[in-house]
Amino acid sequence: MRMPEPDAGIIARRSDIIAGLRKIVPGEGVIVDEDELRVYECDGLSAYRQLPLIVVLPETTAQVSAILSFCLAEGVKIVPRGAGTSLAGGTLPLADGVTVGLGKFNRILDIDYENRVVVAQSGVTNLGISDAVRHRGFYYAPDPSSQIACSIGGNVSTNSGGVHSLKYGLTTNNLLGLEMVLINGEVVHLGGKHLDSEGYDLLGLMTGSEGLLGIITEVTVRILQKPECARALLIGFSSNESAGDCVAAIIGAGIIPGGMEMMDKPAIHAAEDFVHAGYPRDVEALLIVEADGPEAEVEHLIERIEAIAKESGAVNVRISRDEEERLKFWAGRKAAFPAIGRISPDYYCMDGTIPRNKLAQVLKRIGALSKEYGLGVANVFHAGDGNLHPLILYDANKPGELEAVEEMGAKILRLCVEVGGVLTGEHGVGIEKRDLMDTMFTEDDLKQQQRVKCAFDDGHLLNPGKVYPTLHRCAELGRVHVHRGQFRFPDLPRF
Amino acid sequence: MTETLTPETAEQVLETVQWAAAEETPLEVMGAGSKRAYGRPSPAAHRLDLKALSGIELYEPMELVMSAKAATPLADIDAALAENRQRLGFEPADLGPLLGTGAGAGTICGAVICNLSGPGRIKAGAARDHILGFHAVSGRGGRFKSGGRVVKNVTGFDLSKLMAGSFGTLAVMTDVTVKVMPEPEETRTVLVLGAGDAQAVKAMSEALNSAFEISAAAHLPAGVAAVSAVASVAAAGAAVTALRVEGPEPSVVYRAEALKALLEAYGNREELDTAESLAFWRQVRDVGFFVADGPEAGQAQVWRLSVPPAEGAGVAARILDAADGRVFYDWGGGLLWLALAPRPDGGHEAVRGAIGDGGGHATLVRADADVRAAVPVFQPQPEPLARLTARVKEAFDPKGVLNPGRMYEGV
Repeated sequence: MRMPEPDAGIIARRSDIIAGLRKIVPGEGVIVDEDELRVYECDGLSAYRQLPLIVVLPETTAQVSAILSFCLAEGVKIVPRGAGTSLAGGTLPLADGVTVGLGKFNRILDIDYENRVVVAQSGVTNLGISDAVRHRGFYYAPDPSSQIACSIGGNVSTNSGGVHSLKYGLTTNNLLGLEMVLINGEVVHLGGKHLDSEGYDLLGLMTGSEGLLGIITEVTVRILQKPECARALLIGFSSNESAGDCVAAIIGAGIIPGGMEMMDKPAIHAAEDFVHAGYPRDVEALLIVEADGPEAEVEHLIERIEAIAKESGAVNVRISRDEEERLKFWAGRKAAFPAIGRISPDYYCMDGTIPRNKLAQVLKRIGALSKEYGLGVANVFHAGDGNLHPLILYDANKPGELEAVEEMGAKILRLCVEVGGVLTGEHGVGIEKRDLMDTMFTEDDLKQQQRVKCAFDDGHLLNPGKVYPTLHRCAELGRVHVHRGQFRFPDLPRF
Repeated sequence: MTETLTPETAEQVLETVQWAAAEETPLEVMGAGSKRAYGRPSPAAHRLDLKALSGIELYEPMELVMSAKAATPLADIDAALAENRQRLGFEPADLGPLLGTGAGAGTICGAVICNLSGPGRIKAGAARDHILGFHAVSGRGGRFKSGGRVVKNVTGFDLSKLMAGSFGTLAVMTDVTVKVMPEPEETRTVLVLGAGDAQAVKAMSEALNSAFEISAAAHLPAGVAAVSAVASVAAAGAAVTALRVEGPEPSVVYRAEALKALLEAYGNREELDTAESLAFWRQVRDVGFFVADGPEAGQAQVWRLSVPPAEGAGVAARILDAADGRVFYDWGGGLLWLALAPRPDGGHEAVRGAIGDGGGHATLVRADADVRAAVPVFQPQPEPLARLTARVKEAFDPKGVLNPGRMYEGV
């Protein structure tokens, strides 16, 4: 994985750039000492580290605007950063780039129950939004597992999901408005408290754009009233195939559960050892299926799901009797990552999406790769929407092991694409999957995406080196190949 | 002379657009043409008719996914889905009757490119929320794809969103993959009778703020309710506020009862069964109330406004204080449909001036072509956004050959 060659000229001008930024953000908002910069050297993909040239922590949109104008004028690259929880290296710093941290954008600006929206600055945590409206029975639906720490602006940048996205949608389906700053310092408002932003859906484009198009300073999101009740089923299977069949049968019966998660045997054991959730140890696969809504609906759905599970060959079905037990069922799943962390010095979390019906086939091939590389794998799976998180176990202190993990991980992601899936469901491409983009997209596909990038940032100053393996110059991308002299299609039917 | 080019394959679409780009000859892109009158009139030299690109290419009911060629009729898609008790979750409106082109003609990419939705928009989303991927030919004359066939995907920019609501000004879609949803077991509608507009918006807000998973919320003032396709609604002789609940039967029965109790203070309550509910909401979806204009309205101009729901009644009142016309509300007050007495300028300044600081936008959906040519059909954009819009257009269609000017002059 190579990053663009740092620009020695920019590095040489570091003190001038610091002086320029200090005129915009006074005092401690400009971070320059190596010890303090160290805090920002990596994100959740901690295998990659790089000290940023400078870190700046603006407090107002006007400051963000001035920073971007200044950096554009000076030709300085920018890495936007929310809470730094990216698992794909989306906020990996650049040696010749300024990391713009949004940590001080931590205020909720407006809670509007009449319109069922919250307006928040982009550095507010995902959970912070739900916390602010909980006393009125509301919550914000997308709930990525990092929700205690991750920022809402970062959620927009990676279109975060969570365990309830099958029924309640991803960030993109719950976002109504944005305030963002373009590279030239212009402040743009997209959408608002109404549905469907006018003109081109730039709100939708921004969602999942991984900091390549602008810096998000404010978001408007929808909030929902909590369902009256929720109950969960814990369903054990003697094979991954029958668990996969059960998922398909539930969906095929017209049921969209509030959550539907699957774990394989290594994940079940690690989670059970860690939190004692009461998971059966003698099964190969475990499904957690949650029904939520009014009591009458939940009763009805639980009954139907239980029947489907038995028809699909479940060897073990338990239904949560009360809220405490429901939370216990989930505790194991929610602690799956740290549970794996306990049994292995390091683990590498993958994030592919596959068509649901390919699950058993994909798990079998992941098992074969695990044998081939001699590396353990535990799988957790957002079964409802096909989002697979294989966790590859390794020891970073063993020479060559990280490289082997990356190679194996790449094979898993190629496999996801091969069966009709995609490279990343919710973590983003970042640097991690950047060099695999050509397994999913042709050169023409990638060029068209980069032309959109050029419409926002034709100097490639925003988060360069992320998402796209090759940075084409915008002037080159803008050229139209003229097909002059072509026949006017004598074969084409016309009227 | 205007020619109609009817490519039969994606490859021929590519050749056609390459030729148009080389000659800098604008094309009017259309599927069935049912929404040709939606947007600004396009001065295109030739017509690119996609009707030969038709057919469902993939449908896996258990995977909730379908791919279809661009001009596959929605009627065909609905029929295939109905066989498996499924539907398109975004409930695309059939605007044909409103626009005078007849019912049932729309195509899948026509629905996508106009980002259609229906009353279920408040819960299930619009077309934009249901596109998983697509193939297209850009105005540059290049083929590209975006997305895939799975719901959870953040691999590269989400160009599907850009296609939705672009009115064919960026690229010619040749196929699309959408997620599909199960048909609910049961649908019921709770009606509250006699509420004024402002009270109705409050009632809808109270319902939408409950845990009863309202899937649609509309308000018909008395004059609009009187032309309802549902006999009991038309005969009510009063304004009707309607709240839809969908799902398994026991849940729907419970929620309908609970809603009636919740909204007791707002007026007498009635209930529509599944069949009546379907007819009621279809008419709301398709703006059916304004298809045949009453003699008092003449050939009314029809506006569509998206505003913060709590502000809906206020915005409508400001418009109707100054102009003759009728309104009804969808999306809990967030979507206003207005039929106004025709004016050469569409009354656009008054309509847009009524939108408050809370934001929103107004679209002139039905008016004569000369009015649509003279008046901004879509909400004018503030300067930085307008420039960004022009740059996005250029990224796809630098020669301006695809539906030029359909949304904004020069775009």
